Amino acid sequence: MKSVLKKIYIALIILFLYAPIGTLIVLSFNASKTRAKWGGFTFRWYISLFQNEEILRALFNTLAIAFLSSFAATVIGTVACIAMMAMKRRTKSILMGITNIPMLNADIVTGISLMLLYISLGIRFGIGTILLSHITFNIPYVILSVMPRVRQLNVSTYEAALDLGASHINAFFKVMFPDLLPGILSGFLMAFTMSLDDFIITHFTKGVGVDTLSTKIYTEIKKGIKPEMYALSALIFITVLTLLVLINLSPTDKNKRRSE
Amino acid sequence: MNKELIQLIDISKSFDGQMVLDELNLNIHENEFVTLLGPSGCGKTTTLRILGGFTNPDKGRVVFDGQDITNIPPNKRQLNTVFQKYALFTHMTIAENIAFGLKIKKKSKSYIDDKIRYALKLVNLEGYENRMPDSLSGGQQQRIAIARAIVNEPKVLLLDEPLGALDLKLRQEMQYELIRMKNELGITFVYVTHDQEEALTMSDTVVVMNQGYIQQIGSPESIYNEPENAFVADFIGDSNIIPATMIEDKLVNILGTRFACVDTGFGCNRPVDVVIRPEDVILVEPSEGMIQGVVTHLIFKGVHYEMEVQACGFEWLVQSTTLFPVGKEVGIQVDPFNIQIMNKPESEDEEAVTLDI
Repeated sequence: MKSVLKKIYIALIILFLYAPIGTLIVLSFNASKTRAKWGGFTFRWYISLFQNEEILRALFNTLAIAFLSSFAATVIGTVACIAMMAMKRRTKSILMGITNIPMLNADIVTGISLMLLYISLGIRFGIGTILLSHITFNIPYVILSVMPRVRQLNVSTYEAALDLGASHINAFFKVMFPDLLPGILSGFLMAFTMSLDDFIITHFTKGVGVDTLSTKIYTEIKKGIKPEMYALSALIFITVLTLLVLINLSPTDKNKRRSE
Repeated sequence: MNKELIQLIDISKSFDGQMVLDELNLNIHENEFVTLLGPSGCGKTTTLRILGGFTNPDKGRVVFDGQDITNIPPNKRQLNTVFQKYALFTHMTIAENIAFGLKIKKKSKSYIDDKIRYALKLVNLEGYENRMPDSLSGGQQQRIAIARAIVNEPKVLLLDEPLGALDLKLRQEMQYELIRMKNELGITFVYVTHDQEEALTMSDTVVVMNQGYIQQIGSPESIYNEPENAFVADFIGDSNIIPATMIEDKLVNILGTRFACVDTGFGCNRPVDVVIRPEDVILVEPSEGMIQGVVTHLIFKGVHYEMEVQACGFEWLVQSTTLFPVGKEVGIQVDPFNIQIMNKPESEDEEAVTLDI
């Protein structure tokens, strides 16, 4: 009896969490244009989605921004972690606190303040501003996932590499980097997901005529909801879900292989 | 004595205002096994790191083979280090670990393969090429760390408490291994440890350090038999350190009794410290002893008995293979050449310290 109740409880939680998305995915295959009735199964919306040039451009923008911003954030974040490792404990904890604030901050505050910053500096809105904003909010996520790896580093392996004749750069890439790699990868994926996902900050920092998928969907919806949008949202959901699964699998997978 | 290879000249170093090394001078010869010995915080590891190039001295110079290398980075020095916690590269195989330095020097594949085989043979780990470091025991990992260092044919091998993490049995085995390797390779070893037995077993020269100063440099025998001050006497092995008065050359007053000794040049009626090793105290019948006392403690130590004898207001530590039960009255005798006279300490850091090891 107890275990049945448990199962029901879990089923309810999952239902509430995923019912809206489930509805969306189901509707994306609905042949009928109205939401009210089921008109049969179709891929039509997916096909017309991929024939819509504006959406394809938005998709390209989204992917380009996600890739570039998470790459830049990964580099900056990793370097920051290594620098923080060498700092005194007090300075380190203050810096960690500062890097955590943007993560806890409401997106709308980050978005508006970035927008105001760009205006006051006279920077023209466009892809560049979106990219800058995404790098900014991605850095903390990279630090969050790289820092534990940095803490586990054995500094004497780096010194051993120097001792054996390696240059500083060589010692970093051959000895430190492989130890950090799982953290760096999951940091990159996390940043990538956050960037794909973002709407509010992008909305405030994008220029006229530049769109990412999320802002495109928003504009489209204002004109009236088209079924293509269901298909698009479903695709975004699947992509993010896949990335999240990857993030959660990658580090443990590495450890398992090592201990074997 | 061989040619001088390394000179440390007036080396000073402090961390956060705390003096770690104060005007240290040390010469190391070719093909010598030098051990830096001292309690933790005495500056021995800092000295080694300065030799390796990982720490820059605040003052002073490091001369290697006649060339000033004070400001040369570690990757340009002809020294290799074996680190305390092995510091193997965990994501590489044993062969890749050993080849690391050779690959950087762009040696040929066949040369590297030869070297790997030679090094593994030297450390008795043949056939371990494709294992990962994590799958090896502590002793094996340490041997790989040594192999990785020596394939680069350094002139000097620096070892930072390399046996510290191993158990006693393994440690003793590795001590013999290290002596053998040193003789086979014919290179200079600079070894850091806080374990006096390790230092006495392996070294040609022992450098006893405390609080950033060198207390005594000498062969293991001279360090043990002729400690120059109470710190050295106390740190190296057990000892009875007794305040005494030097009456004249070769005659010393210990606790009111005159003992013949062999030391000269301390002046007349001067207060000194004498060191008598516990195994040099001979227990005899009360009538035959120079001074008389009573056994107060007795412990069986395996090779010998360790006793404490209360005599003339001093507690004598005695090691003997003959048993004298607690409460028995005994006489004490000491041979003249077993009495080591030392000057009274001039500064605080030469004083004997109590150590929990």
